[in-house]
Amino acid sequence: MSDVRIGVYVCHCGKNIGGVINPAKVAEFASRLPNVVVSRDYMYMCSSPGQALIEDDIKKYNLNRVIVAACSPRMHEPTFQAVLKRAGLNPWLLQMVNIREHVTWVHEDTPDKAEEKAEELIAAAVARAAHLYEITTEKAPVVKSALVIGGGIAGIRAALDLANAGIKVYLVEKKQSIGGKMAQLDKTFPTLDCSKCILTPLMVDVARHPNIEIYAYSEVVDVSGSAGDFKVKVKLKPTYVDWSKCTGCGLCVEKCPGRAPSEFNEGLGFRKAIYFEFAQAVPRKPVIDPRYCLWFTKGICRVCSKVCPVGAIDYEQKERYVELNVGAIVVAIGYEIYDMSKMVEYGYGKFKNVITGLQLERLSDADGPTKGKILRLSDGKEPKTVAIVLCAGSRDEKHVKYCCRFGCAAALKHVYYIKHSVPDSKVLIFYTDVRAFGKGFEEFYQKVRSWDDVYFIRGRPAEIFEDKDGSLVFDVYDSNTGQLINVKADLVVLESAVVPPKDWEPLRRLLKVSCDPGGFALELHPKLRPFETTADGIFLAGTIQGPKDIPDTVAHAAAAAAAAIGFLLKGYVESVPYLATVNEDLCSGCGLCASVCPYDAITIEEKEGRRVAKVNMIRCKGCGACAATCPSGAMQQNYFTDTQILSEVSTLAGGAK
Amino acid sequence: MSEGRFEPRVVVFACNWCSYAGIDLAGTSRIKYPHNVRIVKVMCSGRVNPEMVLKALADGADGVLITGCHPGDCHYISGNYKTMRRYFLLKKLLKQLGLEERVRLEWISASEGERWARVATDFVEHIRRLGPLRLKEVMSSE
Repeated sequence: MSDVRIGVYVCHCGKNIGGVINPAKVAEFASRLPNVVVSRDYMYMCSSPGQALIEDDIKKYNLNRVIVAACSPRMHEPTFQAVLKRAGLNPWLLQMVNIREHVTWVHEDTPDKAEEKAEELIAAAVARAAHLYEITTEKAPVVKSALVIGGGIAGIRAALDLANAGIKVYLVEKKQSIGGKMAQLDKTFPTLDCSKCILTPLMVDVARHPNIEIYAYSEVVDVSGSAGDFKVKVKLKPTYVDWSKCTGCGLCVEKCPGRAPSEFNEGLGFRKAIYFEFAQAVPRKPVIDPRYCLWFTKGICRVCSKVCPVGAIDYEQKERYVELNVGAIVVAIGYEIYDMSKMVEYGYGKFKNVITGLQLERLSDADGPTKGKILRLSDGKEPKTVAIVLCAGSRDEKHVKYCCRFGCAAALKHVYYIKHSVPDSKVLIFYTDVRAFGKGFEEFYQKVRSWDDVYFIRGRPAEIFEDKDGSLVFDVYDSNTGQLINVKADLVVLESAVVPPKDWEPLRRLLKVSCDPGGFALELHPKLRPFETTADGIFLAGTIQGPKDIPDTVAHAAAAAAAAIGFLLKGYVESVPYLATVNEDLCSGCGLCASVCPYDAITIEEKEGRRVAKVNMIRCKGCGACAATCPSGAMQQNYFTDTQILSEVSTLAGGAK
Repeated sequence: MSEGRFEPRVVVFACNWCSYAGIDLAGTSRIKYPHNVRIVKVMCSGRVNPEMVLKALADGADGVLITGCHPGDCHYISGNYKTMRRYFLLKKLLKQLGLEERVRLEWISASEGERWARVATDFVEHIRRLGPLRLKEVMSSE
């Protein structure tokens, strides 16, 4: 260690750091620490001249360790590692010190203490840096295939983009048809395109694509392996119909006497016990719902089996499992609408004429329970006064804090549905703010505002009561006029809040993806890397990352697919630098390390007549559990050796002065 | 400690994926907490062995906080469960030394910047009430 030559670089980050502490003074302090050859401060260390400054110093002063005191290593560690590489140094001879997120951004009220803390953190880094060493990584090939979980518009777009790039795609969808929420919509804002007309051709493209294999009515139940080489177990739920024989003729559905509430129609109207998800389903194959099938519930009927011309009905069918091997995973499982019955004041679930926006979509759809006529559910009459409530459950401390990002524009579209179906109706929109932020949204908003008998009222309804005739009465405080308004409406439409799907939590844990406070998947960076996760090889498409409208969902999905394509076509993954390494002289072959390894990366092998631990460089993910467990100190973790951590701890515990 | 109030020195071990990210988020969100904490990054809380905790106390820290992902959320599948088991064993040893109040294990997720600030504030105040440990002075005088 006699020839450790350290350069210390203290960044101002403009005023972010320099506005709280004095970087020049801190750099001067660092220059007096052991092994420090050169110490400087600079306005923006990550800028080109900042990077060049370090690069030149490495050559000029023959530096072999570099300390950059700036932002979080989670931000710019790769930036400065690249500087070391360019200057011919191994990138793991860099040590970042986080004096922005951990110091100046949180301690600006006590600048003296902040400066002292920055100095101590740098002193600890200097102590640690003396023990850094060069780290090399290994490469392993990537399996050129991808799993897309979820077959809504996000999953469809991601699957098509991946497949068009020549990648084999497995698309897993929990329902019997792909299409997702978009298939349930009648029209899309702000253009009022027919939703299915733009969606179903893409669904057919997916089904026909030679590179895409659809697993419908299926769920991911286990994920093992790692980026580039995931092993995924998929459960194929029993459909009681042999899809390989079924031609999708629909005779069974036609003849089935069983009736069940239609999920696709959001509980409005009925479907059969054997049913297609919807008319344009892809794959167009039916499923028997054993909860409503007379054969499963009462042991009678078997009509479907009798009429099926190809003998595809199989009441004995069991769930099956397939194992897939993929290099990357795209999560596109979408969202669910918030359970509106939790907002007891609105009476959803209690009053028939209080419905959700998604239910209104089903009423407006020509293929829906009312054949496209907007009618009251209580008496089948046309509603003459309709109240649309925005932010139902959204932006509400008691329910969902965040914005659903499409409720406002959907409400404008819903005004169109209502006025189109019942031209002499009056529509009242109760809003908090109208957020018409997307392309063409403001123009659409102005157009809807100009229509006759459409009123925008700023306020949230108080408790809703049901009148004898099934209409709804409630008070609203109009915050624009300062008046309390009493409203009587024939129909109330709730533009409901949006939450992650219920099955996300178990899947999230299988994938090791973090979540945000709303429960949605946490992206790698909220601005720069919104479609990647902290788990390598796992990408996010669409609303599982957070609420989005369709254009944003499609853009996000295409971006996720592009990132996955880049990852897969690079062709290799590198082992993590933080690998476990064995000092064979110290190792007694006790095997404790192997017992704690979560990846089975350690084996105990015979070597020259004794037993020693051996680490598989590709399997090891660098958690360090083995190093913490090893009783003899033989097992160490690169970049986090006992000596490195202890020297840092000792300085921080004892202080720098 | 020339001024009146005792300013404790607290060493924090933070895992890269959850807690360190959560602490970063407190910074990005400008959520203030006491300056007394000094953060040591590890890839996983399961990397922290008892020696590191004891070394911190022996070399001058008044308290040690170990932070990791919430149970079930570990980036490395089960590292935090190892941390938890090791922590309970370590607590037994610390109790014999009369130091069990000075070490704490907390789960901080990547989205819990506010929770981190609460945990840090609470722990620093707790250690402030306990007073200085001075293990380094005691040990060097013997």
